[in-house]
Amino acid sequence: MHEAAVHPHAPPQGFLRTHVFSVDHKVIGKQYLDLALVAVCTGMVLSWLMRLHLAWPTAAIPGLDKLSPNGAAGGVITPEYYLSLMTMHGTIMVFFVLTTAPFAGFGNYFLPLQVGAEDMAFPRINMTSFWVTLVAFLVLISSFFVADGPALSGWTAYAPLSAVGKDAGPGQGLGQTLWAISIAIFCVAQLLGALNFIATTLDLRTKGMSLARMPFSTWAWFITAVIGLIAFAVLMPACILLILDRVAGTSFFIPSGLVISDRLQPHSGGSPLLWQHLFWFFGHPEVYIAILPGFGIISHILPVFARKPLLGPRAMIGCLIAIAFLSYTVWGHHMFLSGMNPFSATLFSVPTLIITIPATIVTLLWIGTIYGAKLRFTTPALFCLGFVSVFVSGGISGFFLAQPSIDTYLHGTYFVVGHFHFVMGVAAMFGIFAGTYFWFPKMFGRMMNETLGKWHFWLTFIGVYCVFMPMHYLGLAGNVRRYSAFTDDYLKPLIPLHRFITIAALFTGAAQLIFLFNLIRSRFRGPKAPDNPWEATTLEWATTSPPPFDNFGGKPPVVQRGPNEYGVAGAGGADYLMQAAPEPAPAR
Amino acid sequence: MTTVASPPRSPPPHLPPSAHRPTATGGPEPKPAETGVWVAIATISMSFAALTSAMVVRASGAPDWQHFRLPPILYVNTLVLIASSLTLASARRRITPASALDGLPRLYVTLGLGLLFVTGQVLAWRQLATQGLFLATSPSSAFFYVFTALHGLHVLGGLAGLLYVLRRLRRVVPVPMTALGAATLYWHFMDVLWLYLLVILIIRV
Amino acid sequence: MGKLFAVVLTIITVVATAIFVMRVWWLPADISVHGPWIDHQLMETMLSSGILFVVSQLALALFVWKSGDRREGRKIKIFPGGAVPMVVLATVLVGAEILALTFVGSKVWASIYQTPPDPNSLAIDVQAEQFAFYFRYPGADGKFGGIHPELMNEASQNFFGLDPAHDTAARDDIVVPTLAIPVNRPVLLTLRAKDVNHAFYVPELRIQQDFVPGLVIPLHFTATQPGKYELVCTQLCGLGHYNMRAYVEVMPQEQFDQWLKQQAAQQ
Repeated sequence: MHEAAVHPHAPPQGFLRTHVFSVDHKVIGKQYLDLALVAVCTGMVLSWLMRLHLAWPTAAIPGLDKLSPNGAAGGVITPEYYLSLMTMHGTIMVFFVLTTAPFAGFGNYFLPLQVGAEDMAFPRINMTSFWVTLVAFLVLISSFFVADGPALSGWTAYAPLSAVGKDAGPGQGLGQTLWAISIAIFCVAQLLGALNFIATTLDLRTKGMSLARMPFSTWAWFITAVIGLIAFAVLMPACILLILDRVAGTSFFIPSGLVISDRLQPHSGGSPLLWQHLFWFFGHPEVYIAILPGFGIISHILPVFARKPLLGPRAMIGCLIAIAFLSYTVWGHHMFLSGMNPFSATLFSVPTLIITIPATIVTLLWIGTIYGAKLRFTTPALFCLGFVSVFVSGGISGFFLAQPSIDTYLHGTYFVVGHFHFVMGVAAMFGIFAGTYFWFPKMFGRMMNETLGKWHFWLTFIGVYCVFMPMHYLGLAGNVRRYSAFTDDYLKPLIPLHRFITIAALFTGAAQLIFLFNLIRSRFRGPKAPDNPWEATTLEWATTSPPPFDNFGGKPPVVQRGPNEYGVAGAGGADYLMQAAPEPAPAR
Repeated sequence: MTTVASPPRSPPPHLPPSAHRPTATGGPEPKPAETGVWVAIATISMSFAALTSAMVVRASGAPDWQHFRLPPILYVNTLVLIASSLTLASARRRITPASALDGLPRLYVTLGLGLLFVTGQVLAWRQLATQGLFLATSPSSAFFYVFTALHGLHVLGGLAGLLYVLRRLRRVVPVPMTALGAATLYWHFMDVLWLYLLVILIIRV
Repeated sequence: MGKLFAVVLTIITVVATAIFVMRVWWLPADISVHGPWIDHQLMETMLSSGILFVVSQLALALFVWKSGDRREGRKIKIFPGGAVPMVVLATVLVGAEILALTFVGSKVWASIYQTPPDPNSLAIDVQAEQFAFYFRYPGADGKFGGIHPELMNEASQNFFGLDPAHDTAARDDIVVPTLAIPVNRPVLLTLRAKDVNHAFYVPELRIQQDFVPGLVIPLHFTATQPGKYELVCTQLCGLGHYNMRAYVEVMPQEQFDQWLKQQAAQQ
């Protein structure tokens, strides 16, 4: 905390200092992205297993019994193992992918570059933040190998199921405790990260980089850091209280008179709703932690390939700030039917609907930017367009769920699953893909393969619609979520649609192998990337690919203008002006 | 339907480019260490605000809420912590960029008082334990332990920060005033936070 | 590539919308008094947000189609009027929709969850536990016996923790695993959870409500169609969650009286 911010930069010596315990924000950013890659592969495999089980509940999955002799004896997933897979899928995806990649990963790498800084404000805290995140991930993964299996109470870990311990069934022993410990550790890491993002943005901007001239992605990471600072500060004490309920016999979330497995629980007076309030006070802003960096990345990339300035830059930033504020007023919309005062449902419904106004404006600004553009259909551009489409699809269903009266029917159904997968899962992933294809040349000095990239885009784009659109139909038919099998009379006719989703999910997942192959191959075999391959304006493109250890070779750029200078008369007949480029000769 | 004819944003030609170029920070030299501490203060405040609201919710209408008298040693600890803030403030006044020597003794006193405070808090726990009030005895005692333990951890963090600054004060010239300022700010915040916690503990417990 | 994107996106939009419009998968027929209001609200939302969905996806497709134009010397075009009309349009249109939806929607919500139950309602106590629902009728005396958690026991089937030995009100309580209710009569359920969170969801009744341990939550409705419907749990409650269900049997009043007598005799 008391580290000097301005550190004279000499490149570090030795493999460990350069690549492992590095304080360089670029290395840390890549480490976060690598962690997210491992996490997303894990999370996706878990979702395949879930989907296979839902479509063919009795089918044996070869090899699974080796991995989990208890959870999948003979390769057939048990109901409790299904719930564990689901819980771990949600937790890994939300925390270790959707928070880690677009915010901590890209943000770490590109925020200092985009503001023209040599590094983050507190490099050692930055390094600590990554390693603490890794510890959190390992703690979570370790719960796969404990005796009664990983946690199974969902990524929301509703008390008292998550708090009462072993009596409530498998997964409620050590696995659930490890879950809570992992999340508490993760909170610490994210708070340290947010601290760095905020101090760097406020204090380390280079000469001429006023707030109004910051790129949209920098704005988005900064705002996300502010959201995270408040959200994780609430989740951490909540997790501590949950751990105490589990291991120290306190009763924060456990009421009196619970009888579980015929045993009267030795707890009294706690409030299950208290956990829900604390969790969702974090949980809803967390949705925006996942998606706002995507907003920033899309607003950053779209103008580059549209070859025209983003429409309404001030409105865009205003909307991001408005969304950040509103995100703290809506948590109760997850609890319309949870037994809180019905009057407050109306109170929470109004800001939830209001938040669609800035979200709509943002979408219209993107669509308006595409109007009359000279689009260059590169892979990152395609993922930007795909982002806009899936964000619209996911956002629209929010209109239904924001209304308590309709939520009465749709709450707890696949409609919700379809909604949040589109709006924060797929949309955020499209943001990550766009960012990866866009920034890969800068990060590794090599270009990714465009043909493979386009195949990846088309298969993914069509695939996600086949997977998540039908979930809305299932929800309308009243299909309950978090069921490991559909044995109810009214659910049985829906199983064919579930099989369709499963097949689509397997195909979409297989398409990600193209991405993985492209990623690994291009890292070593890709053609050499020029410094500014996409003809973009921002500072990260004003240095070499990849940038030197101190980012700008000891000569911090001096910023002359905002990031939005496309479709203008630039130097040498170019149609853009870089932020740090000197003024061109006046147009004749 | 307008066709944009790229508005050239060139400056008026009679001014040198630097004259109308905004700089990132118009004010004094930025001090990331202090910004960092302010951000930390914001997030720590949020955590304790969350715990406070949890306590208010948990206490309302709970039949198992057991009121108890706070251990008297807490008031002594409070005075110790306030005293440590005063000695730190006084030490900081005596330290100039040229030399830190004049302030060092008072910094050592601050460190000592900080340690004394933590020890005192541990003694308070033992007093409670002898009364039969443990973590799981009642939600009131649970919140008491949670609040004091979390605050104590943050104080220990502050002590570590002070130690780090002290080492650099002795070795580095010019004296790292920003780091000292940041550590001081954090330490005073620990003080304010404790006073706040004490008040709500007196009211609720 | 732009034209391909436009075509694919149009196909996706048309197919997705068509399946909604043709109601290939749809809500089961409603059997409650308040249900038509919810269905109406759902249709309003479906219509307005459906239009929004189709218009924005098709606008995206159209602009992408046109922006691929590679003609020599083509200049970029700024959206007519810039960002201001966008902001105004979004605020006014979406704002109006929000007002409309909130105004009607909150009335619908209030009619279900914020109005007091009919004083004439049939009172039934519901206990949710891992992984079953149990229902309790007050019996001839019209009074429920007290609940004693320490007496709850699966083996002796004392699901509610009743104490008939000391508690006269508990002696004639009727405890059954099926929720039978008379048609067209207001019903007032009292939801209790024995162990963890559960939820009460009958799609045909258009009603859903969590059971929360430590809270006693009232829920009232009136069924209008006789028949047998499934009641399922929608709040994750443990490994048997998927299998936690009961039946709701809606029957004419005389048949219900008959049924209740039978059950009382079997207790």
